[in-house]
Amino acid sequence: MKRTVPLLIAATTGFVLIVAYFVPPMQSWSEQVSVWFDILAAVAFVLGGANLMKIHLKHISDRARGWGYSAVLVVAFLGTLFVGLGKIGVNPATQFPDFAWSGPYRQNGSPFWVLFEYVFTPLNSTMFALVAFYIASAAFRAFRAKNAEAILLLGTAFIVLLGRTFAGVALTSWIDPAVWSGFQYFTGLRIENLTVYIMAVFNTVGNRAIMIGIALGIVSTSLKILLGLDRSYLGKE
Amino acid sequence: MGAFLRQEWWIVAVFIASLLPLVHVLFTGRVSALRSLDRRWIFLLMFWAVLLPIYYVSSTGNVLPEVPGALAQATFDEIEKLSPGDPVLMAFDYDPPTTGEMAPMATAFVRHAAEKRLRMYFMTLWPPGAQMIDDTIARVLKPDFPQLVYGRDYVNLGYKSGQEAVIKVVVTNLRELYTTDVLGTGVQNIPMMDGITSIQQMKLIINVASGTPGTKEWVQYAVTPYPNLRIVAGVTGVSAPLYYPYIPRQLNGLLGAIKGAAEYEQLVLNRYGGPNPNPKYMEGLRRMAPQLVGHLLIIGLIIVANVLYFTDPARGRR
Repeated sequence: MKRTVPLLIAATTGFVLIVAYFVPPMQSWSEQVSVWFDILAAVAFVLGGANLMKIHLKHISDRARGWGYSAVLVVAFLGTLFVGLGKIGVNPATQFPDFAWSGPYRQNGSPFWVLFEYVFTPLNSTMFALVAFYIASAAFRAFRAKNAEAILLLGTAFIVLLGRTFAGVALTSWIDPAVWSGFQYFTGLRIENLTVYIMAVFNTVGNRAIMIGIALGIVSTSLKILLGLDRSYLGKE
Repeated sequence: MGAFLRQEWWIVAVFIASLLPLVHVLFTGRVSALRSLDRRWIFLLMFWAVLLPIYYVSSTGNVLPEVPGALAQATFDEIEKLSPGDPVLMAFDYDPPTTGEMAPMATAFVRHAAEKRLRMYFMTLWPPGAQMIDDTIARVLKPDFPQLVYGRDYVNLGYKSGQEAVIKVVVTNLRELYTTDVLGTGVQNIPMMDGITSIQQMKLIINVASGTPGTKEWVQYAVTPYPNLRIVAGVTGVSAPLYYPYIPRQLNGLLGAIKGAAEYEQLVLNRYGGPNPNPKYMEGLRRMAPQLVGHLLIIGLIIVANVLYFTDPARGRR
């Protein structure tokens, strides 16, 4: 029963969505199912938060390796939740001045806004920016023209790297029909044009093939799930 | 450049001083030391490669010239051909980590739409996206377009959970999910929501996205089943190649990374810039200089590493 009911819900929902796509009068069913999904997704945030707390409180309680990080996470989570849900420091909205909590939780100058703008945003941006340093380090250590495939990859990378900057334009600007009329047949060799060609032809062809392959895989996996043949998404018994 | 170097000699001095030990290794011929170079030297080189151009652009206001490509032009044309009062959906599906790439696009899109007097309906499928919308409105519409009125010219519908399921609903019934805007005002009390029942009534979807759900989901669940819908998108550099297969029938315009943002900014500036454009409308253009030096550094590092590899006498013995 514990597994049968979820299986039936998944199968019914899936088949309703498939049938609704091909039968226009049933479109409202698909809409209804999607709304239920949206509601469940909102509830999942609460479950996700509770699960996060459970795991990290256990880490702290067990004094597991790196428990200090868990403590930082719990404090940050609860602090942000408190100022956000409590709308601490938020003034009432202008259209509802009599209701203290009517202002938006992200109101400019509120503690939640300060946390978002001056803690969350810079920390996230910093983490993402670090990628540039690791890419540079990896480029120095890993990219070797050891064989034909690697040479092809490196050559393409150089063209695209240059073509995405002004260097691409500057380096091959001399391939200009104004300089010599014969160059009109070679403008495709300008780095910025080569970049466009690589992205629009080789990249598109490769990506289309991968996408079609993935789509076929999704169809077969989805059918297995809907028919109850693949039950791995329900977890272990 | 010469005047800048003379005026800002101290930063040049710090730059040279910081790299003296590395230069010493190079000139004393200890090539083997380079083969096992401490990666902190590479981090330092990347630091300077990014910092110096940023400082130069900030100090002088100079930016590199930008030649808009076909995709940026197609994106610009899609918005340019709309008429004043046409409704457009501004779907901002990104968060702070990618603000460096996404914010210049979002700024340029909103500025272009405001110049065209389009009616803007903001929404997001990402929880932090609501703040990104607020920031863009505060950066562009409030200071530079005070004549545009909230609720009449633009509305922020905010975030809804459910990812692509949200798209599936709003594309046929917007009011099923969005009963209020972010301020809690009922949509029936928002003048610009009169007669708007679904996303299909939008003349254009403008999507700024840095992941999932994002452009791919808007293409798959909105534009493909309803081919009358049109969409242009601004996406991150790493994800841009994935969207090329949708061009041009399912995706009518694409801005990839900061380069795409810079090209689009250039087009908007050419049309609406005026003699002294505000630097906030040139953020993409300003970031092309650090991108240039950063890319050149990476190419240089790869070349040096390969030269060291192929001249390594121990290579054949490994």
